[in-house]
Amino acid sequence: MTRSMRPTSPNPRDVGFPVSRRTLLSGLAGTAGVAGIAACSSGSGSSASATSSAAAATSAAAAGATSAAAGGATSAAAGGGAAKGTITFGSNGSDAVPKAAYAAAMAAFMTANPNAKVKTNTVDHNTFQTQINTYLQGTPDDVFTWFAGYRMRFFAAKGLAGDISDVWAKASGFSDGFKQASTGDDGKQYFVPIYNYPWAVFYRKSIWAKHGYTVPTTMDELKTLATKMKADGLSPIGFADKDGWPAMGTFDIINMRTNGYQFHVDLMANKEQWSDPKVTAVFNNWAELLPFHEAGSLGRTWQEAAQNLGKGTSGMYLLGSFVGQQFTGAAVDDLDFFPFPSIDPANGTDSIDAPIDGLMMAAKPKNVDGAKALLAYWLTPAAENAYLKTDSNDVAANKGADTSGYNALQKKASELISSTKNIAQFMDRDTRPDFASTVMIPSLQSFIKNPKDIASLQKSIASQAKTIFASAG
Amino acid sequence: MAVRAADPRDVATTSLKPRKRRGRRRFTRRDRVVLTLMLGIPTLLHVSLIWFPAIASVVLSFGVWDGIGGLGAIKWVGTQNYHEISSNYPPFWPAVQHNLIWLGFFLILATPIGLLLAVILDKEMKGSRLYQSALYMPVVLSLALVGFIWTLIYSQDDGLIDNLFKIHTDWYGDSSINLWAVMVAASWKHVGYIMVLYLAGLKGVDTSIKEAASIDGAGPWKSFRYVIFPALKPVNIIVLVVTVIESLRAFDIVFIVNGGTNGLELLSVLIYNNILGEASRIGFGSAIAVILLIISLAFIITYLFQVFRKEQES
Repeated sequence: MTRSMRPTSPNPRDVGFPVSRRTLLSGLAGTAGVAGIAACSSGSGSSASATSSAAAATSAAAAGATSAAAGGATSAAAGGGAAKGTITFGSNGSDAVPKAAYAAAMAAFMTANPNAKVKTNTVDHNTFQTQINTYLQGTPDDVFTWFAGYRMRFFAAKGLAGDISDVWAKASGFSDGFKQASTGDDGKQYFVPIYNYPWAVFYRKSIWAKHGYTVPTTMDELKTLATKMKADGLSPIGFADKDGWPAMGTFDIINMRTNGYQFHVDLMANKEQWSDPKVTAVFNNWAELLPFHEAGSLGRTWQEAAQNLGKGTSGMYLLGSFVGQQFTGAAVDDLDFFPFPSIDPANGTDSIDAPIDGLMMAAKPKNVDGAKALLAYWLTPAAENAYLKTDSNDVAANKGADTSGYNALQKKASELISSTKNIAQFMDRDTRPDFASTVMIPSLQSFIKNPKDIASLQKSIASQAKTIFASAG
Repeated sequence: MAVRAADPRDVATTSLKPRKRRGRRRFTRRDRVVLTLMLGIPTLLHVSLIWFPAIASVVLSFGVWDGIGGLGAIKWVGTQNYHEISSNYPPFWPAVQHNLIWLGFFLILATPIGLLLAVILDKEMKGSRLYQSALYMPVVLSLALVGFIWTLIYSQDDGLIDNLFKIHTDWYGDSSINLWAVMVAASWKHVGYIMVLYLAGLKGVDTSIKEAASIDGAGPWKSFRYVIFPALKPVNIIVLVVTVIESLRAFDIVFIVNGGTNGLELLSVLIYNNILGEASRIGFGSAIAVILLIISLAFIITYLFQVFRKEQES
């Protein structure tokens, strides 16, 4: 329905699918829409992948195109029948598309390892997430789905997740960014990335061509472009923050452009203070852009903002690539994106938010060898091919994965991710979830309402951060 | 009992016939067993489902706990949570204020409108059945659904109001008006509910006292004010309690609208945001729950106190 059961998370499945009646109707007309609706059947998931119906439209093509080479790699990579016994797998992929995708990949693993059996326990996406604490302290499955970021490192530090550094030692095809995103605070690996999706500025090629706009590469160019768009009667930057989390994406990118990736990481960990002048600079930069944002953002969902981009009332829109869900048919091909322009040349455009979904191992799995063999398999391109053949809405984490079935946007997204030095996970995955949901959502909304009073806002965030980070955990 | 005893007529009759029927009785063994079971099981349920969680919330509100590790992992911090809530949690005071505005709005506007509609519909005018059903319809919908229906009406980009009147007001997004917009939506449901309660009460009012009033020369307002309304007293009390409870527990509608942020903070939402979901600030959330409990108790105790006092007086 209109929103998730949880307030946060940059997540399409979470926030539901085509939410406006218009989308629903237009979506029903095309295959892409049908796939989208099917994927949202359980509605209230969270923090998972972007199941873009845009990409779903091409999935049929992708399905047929998976290379034979990938198939051949399966048995070799999966350890050639080394795994034995039953391996339990706790999945949050309760929606139709990821459910089928996990099933397909697990089936491929079992074919390569006839002595092993993967027993999948699928739990409703949202329930899985809210119950993760009790789940991990009870009798968790050997392998379970989770997301890269603070929470992953937190579980690792609390001893609730298993060290899989030895499995990682044999893995190949991952950029440093992915390895870093899979590493706990102690330098060991605890996470297997499967796919991710980038946050970038989306626009419609036909509208830009009509007005003769060009892609801005610096903040000044962005402002010039926005001024021009305003003169042409467009809302330059589409914006929606009714659900609270989309503004986190804007803050993240301006912060990383202004202060760099490391500052983002430290700020999210509260090692840097929210009262720091560097944060003031972020808010100031944002405040300069705010007049170009679509008005009335606090009453708008991202789906509605995406509709406005489609209708051509807004000129561009910073969001995750799941924005494509709101586009069907020819509109998908008209969609393009560019990374958010550079602010400080020292940082350039070397960082983006590209949340990663993947797998972790329980602290004490019943079948350690089996679990590790399974995770080793998931680190191979073959597993990602098997997964993305069914869920071809995201971008594979492994460089070796077969990309021949990608649509233009997926290809570009994949290039953007692999050419970007630092991959951040998005604010509510990079910091404590209690801080993100109870402090940052109201704070960013109050900034949007009143961009003038930055000093007292920073003071308030800093003092709340102090108590939350001081508490256990 | 309390409700009935508060009715002036009841009081009159009971005072005429003083009840002195309860003497000492001997219970057989079987009676005792039956009584123990009949009292014991409900008591057990009551204690385990109501008292235990309530007291546990109070206890947890003095600790800091993220739900990981056993009860031993709770760090006891005294009243720190309460201190933090009142001094270092910006959404708190707006939430208290919104809860009180909500209560005031329901008491002063929604409930009287329900009463008014009931009085009008009680006149047996043409088509009153139809009006009754139409007005009662929203009551059977969940508040979450009501929120969704009104989202379609309020949406700034293609909502009903936007399309009909070309008013591009950001009803749900503008924090200076969204609380009122939501309360209108919630009242849509509440008014129907109150109307039905009063309609039932009005049907129960003896027609002879209405006739007597009109014979004595009372106009419609006077007969309502001095005759019918006092006779509705038992219903009034129920309505008051219902209104207070509905106002304080409001949650689903604001949660559907925007998750209870940006001008729609309510105590119930803050509890949810802190305890459930991924936040797991269990002590902090419990402390907000205790504050809501105290506010609710303040109303309920005042009410019970008055009722019991009146009972004693009679």
